[in-house]
Amino acid sequence: MYRKILIANRGEIAVRVIRACREMGIRTVAIYSDVDAPSLHVRLADEAVCVGPAESAKSYLSIPAIISAAEITGAEAIHPGYGFLAENVHFAEVCESCRIGFIGPSSRAMKLMGDKNTARDMVRRAGLPLIPGSKAIINSEAEGLEIIRAIGLPVMIKASAGGGGKGMRLVQIEEEFGNLFLQARTEAQAAFGIPDVYVEKYLEDPRHIEFQILADSHGNAVHLGERDCSIQRRHQKLIEESPSTVMTPRLRREMGRTAVRIAERVGYTGAGTIEFLVDRKGNYYFMEMNTRIQVEHSVTEMQTSMDLVKEQIRIAAGAALRFDPKAQAPEGHTIECRINAEDPERFTPCPGTITEYHAPGGPGIRIDSAAYAGWKVLPHYDSMIAKLLAHGNTREEAIMRMLRALDEYRIGGIKTTIPLHQRVLRDMDFIQGRFSTQFLDTFLRR
Amino acid sequence: MMNIKDVKDLIDLISGTDIVEVEVERGGAKIRVRRDGGAQQHAAGFPPPALAPQVPPAVTSRAAGAAQAEAALPVGVTIVKAPLVGRFYRSPGPDAAAFVEVGDRVRKGQVLCIIEAMKLMNQIEAEVAGVVRAVLTEDGRPVEFGEPLFEIQTAD
Repeated sequence: MYRKILIANRGEIAVRVIRACREMGIRTVAIYSDVDAPSLHVRLADEAVCVGPAESAKSYLSIPAIISAAEITGAEAIHPGYGFLAENVHFAEVCESCRIGFIGPSSRAMKLMGDKNTARDMVRRAGLPLIPGSKAIINSEAEGLEIIRAIGLPVMIKASAGGGGKGMRLVQIEEEFGNLFLQARTEAQAAFGIPDVYVEKYLEDPRHIEFQILADSHGNAVHLGERDCSIQRRHQKLIEESPSTVMTPRLRREMGRTAVRIAERVGYTGAGTIEFLVDRKGNYYFMEMNTRIQVEHSVTEMQTSMDLVKEQIRIAAGAALRFDPKAQAPEGHTIECRINAEDPERFTPCPGTITEYHAPGGPGIRIDSAAYAGWKVLPHYDSMIAKLLAHGNTREEAIMRMLRALDEYRIGGIKTTIPLHQRVLRDMDFIQGRFSTQFLDTFLRR
Repeated sequence: MMNIKDVKDLIDLISGTDIVEVEVERGGAKIRVRRDGGAQQHAAGFPPPALAPQVPPAVTSRAAGAAQAEAALPVGVTIVKAPLVGRFYRSPGPDAAAFVEVGDRVRKGQVLCIIEAMKLMNQIEAEVAGVVRAVLTEDGRPVEFGEPLFEIQTAD
């Protein structure tokens, strides 16, 4: 087992990894940018190294600075958290060549699943369900139109290197395809440096349902149930829950098995997530794989009482997966609300100093956060400041518990998404489990 | 009335002592000089935020202390800070002489030290001309981004 781990991240996920390490008796090294010196992860780690200035490109994204920090502190492995370098194939390769453990999949598996087009191709060849669409990159308008005639409108044009909604265009009328195709290519080129796009059937009112998987280097792979992340705004998840209100035991078995097969096929190791879209009829389609720990991993942890971060570390160190399907079967219902430092109506980031901070507690509540009274939320980084989770025996209990906790939560000095969560959790459609990925857009227009 | 010199005298008076705060009233004007690290001043009626019990103490970070060290510097002294994280070497090789010693006059662009990062030897050059007043870290030690390395006296 590792004796010292460097955490190449900040905020709540850095704190989350430090907590796992402390419980495992592993020493921790935090890295930080100069403006992050008062951050909680810096205070909680055994050692901290300033790696650069505020701009992420020169600090949290600087591979030489991070590797150098690992070398001078004698860290044996790096946990990348999520975001920043977590899905950077080059970083995983550099760690491998410097003989520093990378707590995540091999660079090879990451590369296979990282490019959306390669991933789709692999899933198609494995005979697994994929949203109907082009088999490869679309190079001309004519090629695109041919596919539209085969699969029917509406379709979505997507960037091959895509993410965060960039390089995406919805096509509802055939005549508009040409223009939208060019726009998507231009946007993809600007955002990712690669103009390649592909075309996919656009599902109306789908649910975003993902499966958490864990796989080790000894050939064991399991799924830990689903998370429903349909409550999102512009592809940014806001509320996640498990189980999904549309899930049946049979569908869960089938989707779970598919997720595990995808992971096995690429020789995946560690924690990962297979994202699916599920239509109204219960048909499911592979969307993409996230080759890292996710923000919402804590939902699965509350459902299964497993510690996914500890498992990631153990698996990276070469240990076999510990999983007891009986003792760790998902139980009850968990809801997670992402608390962002944002205006709850306009969604504009709202950095500033937290003047007052009181976190809720009591039965069934968990908070993962790096916030404290007097901490300044910086404009340079992500606006998520806390994840609030409520677990109950039933979905109703989880909702009531979450509303109670949101009411107790005091964050003074900045605006947060707490009022928006309170409104969504009281909405009749949400309470009855009738929603799709379109929910929040419709809700906000009301 | 008080002037800048009076303020400077007050600062000189408490520097090098354990005195945290000094308040002087003269001719209707009041001035208070407080050393950083002393008790925080709060507006009447508001208790200080309960920060200390909730948050464990920060690990000693030499880079974070750099700003404070700089504030206390005499006029004409510049601090050369580490532009990257790595290992600090005062000489080009194990048996070679140091690039600079205390008292040496350096020109702008002259190599002061090496910082090794990922097996690469990065030469760190002086950004100003002057006399090396102090070497602030030891040969072979790891340094953080922004950590003070040298003091250079640029003017008398």
